Amino acid sequence: MLEMRGITKRFPGVLASDNVDFDVFPGEVHTLLGENGAGKSTLMKILYGLYEADEGEVRLHGEPLSIKNPTDAITHGIGMIHQHFMLVPPLTVAENVALGLKSSRGVLTDLDAVSERIVELGETYGLHVDPSAPIWQMAVGEQQRVEIIKALYREAKLLILDEPTAVLTPQEVDQLFVTLRQLKDDGCGLIFISHKLHEVLALSTRITVLRHGKVTGSVPVEGATRESLAQMMVGRAVKLAPDKTEAKPGNVALKIRGLRVARDRGGDGVRDLDLDVHAGEILGVAGVSGNGQMLLAEAIAGLRAPSAGSIEIAGTEVVGMTPKQVRTTGLAYVPEKRMKDGAIGDFTVSENILLIDHNDEHYLNHGLFDFGAIKKHSRQLVDEYTVKTPTLDTPARNLSGGNIQKMIIARELSGTPEVLVAAQPTRGVDIGAAEYIHTRLIKQRDEDTAILMISEDLDEVFGVSDRVAVMYEGQVMGIVDPRTATREEVGLMMAGVEQDETA
Amino acid sequence: MTSQGGISGRRLLAYSVPIASVLAALVLGALMLIALDASPVEGVKAMFDGAFGSGKALTATLLKATPLLFVGVGITIAFRANVINIGGEGQMVMGALLSTIVALNMPDVPAAIMLPAVLIAGLIGGAIWGAIPGALKAYYGVNEILSTIMLNVVAVQFMNYLLRGPLIDPAEIERGTRIPQTERLPEAADLPFLFGSDRLHIGPLLAIAAAIAAYILLWRTPLGYRVRAVGQNTDASRYAGIPVKRTIVLALTMSGAMAGLAGAVLVFGSESHRMVTDGSTAGFTGSAGFNGIVAALFGALHPLWTIPASFLFGGLLVGGNALQRAVQVPAALILALNGLVVVFVVSTEGFRRRLLERQPAVVEEPAAEPEKEAPDPPDTGPPPAPDGGGS
Repeated sequence: MLEMRGITKRFPGVLASDNVDFDVFPGEVHTLLGENGAGKSTLMKILYGLYEADEGEVRLHGEPLSIKNPTDAITHGIGMIHQHFMLVPPLTVAENVALGLKSSRGVLTDLDAVSERIVELGETYGLHVDPSAPIWQMAVGEQQRVEIIKALYREAKLLILDEPTAVLTPQEVDQLFVTLRQLKDDGCGLIFISHKLHEVLALSTRITVLRHGKVTGSVPVEGATRESLAQMMVGRAVKLAPDKTEAKPGNVALKIRGLRVARDRGGDGVRDLDLDVHAGEILGVAGVSGNGQMLLAEAIAGLRAPSAGSIEIAGTEVVGMTPKQVRTTGLAYVPEKRMKDGAIGDFTVSENILLIDHNDEHYLNHGLFDFGAIKKHSRQLVDEYTVKTPTLDTPARNLSGGNIQKMIIARELSGTPEVLVAAQPTRGVDIGAAEYIHTRLIKQRDEDTAILMISEDLDEVFGVSDRVAVMYEGQVMGIVDPRTATREEVGLMMAGVEQDETA
Repeated sequence: MTSQGGISGRRLLAYSVPIASVLAALVLGALMLIALDASPVEGVKAMFDGAFGSGKALTATLLKATPLLFVGVGITIAFRANVINIGGEGQMVMGALLSTIVALNMPDVPAAIMLPAVLIAGLIGGAIWGAIPGALKAYYGVNEILSTIMLNVVAVQFMNYLLRGPLIDPAEIERGTRIPQTERLPEAADLPFLFGSDRLHIGPLLAIAAAIAAYILLWRTPLGYRVRAVGQNTDASRYAGIPVKRTIVLALTMSGAMAGLAGAVLVFGSESHRMVTDGSTAGFTGSAGFNGIVAALFGALHPLWTIPASFLFGGLLVGGNALQRAVQVPAALILALNGLVVVFVVSTEGFRRRLLERQPAVVEEPAAEPEKEAPDPPDTGPPPAPDGGGS
């Protein structure tokens, strides 16, 4: 139904899409796979009318098509489910669906008719939502269902799904896939964008892999493996599960008792949480985003004052300390939002590496910076952690996400910390860098650092952790052994089912 | 990727923006002269001669530029911490008052003690007047633009009160004239003259030294590093353990201290060697507290570039007066001309900044990088590298 031929799009200095061919038949799920910056979003934005291609042709049902804006796309039956939902929170489901459409009753609304159709679509595709419920009251998974209903209501036959599983629990993902398969069977064409290989294999009929704006392969799902896909994405063989030996846990290095942390908007986001992390182990914290993981991390780092409880790092109580004092007890911290909280974009690589220990007398000579010593230190870290940067004086903002993250990890690990809190250490990072970061974390574990790794990526949690704690609504639902636990078990706990009930 | 040559071409273009905007303002000024039936050629010549044409002219320009440079250097320090200090006027007044009080209270000490004492007093007076809005901003979230402007008003009233009351020259009371001015300050506090001149004192040298010190502070010391880190990214600084609030207070304190020095230099470098008020701040400062901001912008908010920028802007102010005398135009025209320069320099600042912004070498897919916030970087100014050139 869709043919894109020779699509080329240039941005200043970058060829974002280089002569790309892509097509979709009715009744198939065609996955677009690739790392950040590979050109997936560019291609879809061209299709949806957000960008204009420099060269190439788009045909729908054999007719040449010129899509200037999303309204054109919608008129032609193309729907897009964005990663960040485009819903108006105070409005109801029906109001959101009707938004921007002409009412059948002229100036009066026809929300009852809209609601009927929503219920109808919901029953057909297993998308159960209450048309009169306001969006802000709905869970993320439900909101996504509303997005899909919105597209179907507009009679979309070709659906673009941009990383639709990023915000869902495994159970919600299963549910979504049921819906998507049904849409496929009804003759819709689906374009699925993801970098989670097991999901891609579970859902797709065909997979097209992009790298640096070029198609590196287009294969049917039969015969494809995670390894073969990863190799096409990266251009070389990659190890998806890091090698690691048995952990040799030592004493408790991070001890949390009865911790309560308030959310910004009030209410406790972390409730009576107890947790121990031993020296020489990686404790993975799994959970759907927003269940208190970030509050926990910020409380440990002294960035947010807990309302009750205690946190001990290497035997020292750190509640009430400033972030700087907490760091002196042996904490290193890799924040979730690396450009916002972890690095200074306009500072050079060298200056960024200096961020946590710029007062160290090693770098000073009569109170002034000794740039020789600073360069030497940063050169050593950049080389050791294989940070790819043209020079040490390159502003950090010019580095790729993976290299910025490697730079931050190099800085944080350079002081051989007692405890490392790493939040989403490889999110948005290319596979090669992620592979390296995982190896590094395990190496640091072997050097007896206690590591608390917060992640929403279950592959990462299972692959890297020695123990997995699952958080739900500010509490630890249970701690499992990643070697014996199943994804389903962890998924249920992420949805709030206690460990005992799952057994 | 942008080639190296492309970058430097853009940089060159960027640096020429402020100069071009001054020229544009002057062209408009020339049109106004024509409208007033005065010869613009004669006007420009008078301006140039008045500012740079003779030893006397150069001296006047240097002296005019001195407070601009002090204040401008203070602006660059505050700016690096992402704080806007509009309180230069008040800080100058407070620095001048504190140094005057110190001088009046130790009339008999030698110059070797007196001079450092009054300069330090000026520094402290301005520093206090910068620390207050700094603390209000850091700890209570009070907008520093508003608080610094308000404190200007407080400072001028305080000056008027002191100069009409406690600090007034006793002779004024005896004579019954009650001109609000101090007595002749101790001679030990007179700023020494340079090169046997009877007007050019060490003020300009002190201001240049302050600019160099600020450069070293910002790019070669841990404190300056913290100031820049906080200014560029408060969150990352906080996460890294930098005391953000204290750093903001310190930046405004140092900024105020520079303006305070300007105030002290104005008093002890004045021809009357008194502190006098006409009731307004501008009467004392000559609006250097505001014009210094323009000089700093003109100098790309870099302490070293602010040196030539202040000199040029000082020349513009002095030349403007000469122009007025030479071609007999109303004083309002000179005010308008200065205003035009300010408007042009300030309004093209954003354009200059955009030219300086480097093209990212790596273009990420925006949708695929949820954590990549679009930061709103304040300008980086010339050498962003710690070991960047300049000194």
